[in-house]
Amino acid sequence: MTAGTGNALTRALGAATIVAVAITAWLGLVVSPPDQTQGQLVRLLYIHPAAATACYVGFGLCALASLAYLWPRTRSRRWDRLAAASAEVGVVFCVITLVTGSIWGRGSWGVWWTWDARLTLTALLLAVFIGYLALRRTGGDPEPRAKRSAVVAVVCALLVPVDHEATTWWQTLHQGNTLFRPNPLIHGLQLWSMLLSFVAYGLLFTWLLIHRYRVEVLEDRFEEEGFAAAIAERRAEGSGPATAPAVAAADGPVMEVPASEGEKTP
Amino acid sequence: MWRDALVVGGKDLRVELQSRVTTTQVAPYAILVLLLFGFAFDQDHAVLTKTAAGLFWVAVLLCSLLAVQRSYAIEAVDGARDGLRLSGLDPAGIFIGKAVAVAVQLVVLEVLLGLGVVILFGTKLHDPALLILSALCATVGLAAAGTVYGMIASGLRVRETLLPLLILPVVAPVLLGATQSWMAALGTSSTDGWKWLSLLGSFAVIYVAAGILSFSTLVEES
Repeated sequence: MTAGTGNALTRALGAATIVAVAITAWLGLVVSPPDQTQGQLVRLLYIHPAAATACYVGFGLCALASLAYLWPRTRSRRWDRLAAASAEVGVVFCVITLVTGSIWGRGSWGVWWTWDARLTLTALLLAVFIGYLALRRTGGDPEPRAKRSAVVAVVCALLVPVDHEATTWWQTLHQGNTLFRPNPLIHGLQLWSMLLSFVAYGLLFTWLLIHRYRVEVLEDRFEEEGFAAAIAERRAEGSGPATAPAVAAADGPVMEVPASEGEKTP
Repeated sequence: MWRDALVVGGKDLRVELQSRVTTTQVAPYAILVLLLFGFAFDQDHAVLTKTAAGLFWVAVLLCSLLAVQRSYAIEAVDGARDGLRLSGLDPAGIFIGKAVAVAVQLVVLEVLLGLGVVILFGTKLHDPALLILSALCATVGLAAAGTVYGMIASGLRVRETLLPLLILPVVAPVLLGATQSWMAALGTSSTDGWKWLSLLGSFAVIYVAAGILSFSTLVEES
């Protein structure tokens, strides 16, 4: 196992992500024309829906991985790590969604924020998953923590479908479905730029998720091996040359370990 | 399950009756919150009357946090939680018992706060059936969600600070639904309160189901 989180696959994925994001930015900011009704604001269309989708996918994946962890037959630390990684990446995309949505709201509705069903539910979604991440940070044994977190993730993710359907169930200021309908409201270069933004954000999401998952693996490894390594280091200090304890004594008291005892330890 | 629920709920309520924490601490706190709202909006009494429903439910929400914290604080001492875990009681029964005990305390607090709102904020009743039904659904939802999250946080060192962060966003739909239906019931809004009652009912059903299903895992691992 390497000490880092990158390998040839992630580097290739990272390069593809940069290319896709760059082409989306070029198409969205330079090539595609301003909208007839929304003007320059339409350019947010190449960030906001894709980020919102990545946020839903992150939270949905977190719930599915948590369910897999809770199911005794499929229980594995891998699912818990995937849940943690996808929730964190989901939170990042949720923040991007709210910020870009707020800028859009300021331009088209004249306010940074309004108490609309879609906006409020998305803010709640962010709040419940921040709570989920806080719960994950409480420490303790990994298994009880994983079970607790999994239950919370499943319950929190119930908000995702409600948030997605908010524009259908309630009368909201937020516009309804633009793309996935029999007769899309968007055409030509705008449509292709928007579709590419989904690909770019999908790649970015996957790249971040893989790295975040590997950070979880390293954290687990650190917890398992770190303590043993620290003890071994201390023992090595104890059995070292005579000058070493004098240096250590300047920083504070050092528990002396006889050299013979240190050598006996496997 | 129901017999176990009765045992746990009865135990929690007997502990409360003897310690009187709800009546001597939580109830005065609830009235204090109402008085503070009164101080904050005193300049315009019409605003106070119009927002009475929302202020009432914010006060209930804050009290529900205390009630849930109290419900698990009594399990934290003398290894009571281990006793509960080893008692062989059905986890679903433990959940229902604890949730019912919290709900009963909340109903008492709501009656008290309701009187406070009528006296201090000068509200008038328009539709009592809607008012009572929505209060019941909201109380069941708050108690069920609170009991689930209380159990999750119960074994943690940071439970006092973590619990509000976990519960408040989750119960926000209750605040929204209960406020809207109460505004209709008090005649301060023309919205259809019965529609919001269905949201409150759905929330209560979802969290009661989530609690019954998840409590065996949570009791085992808390």
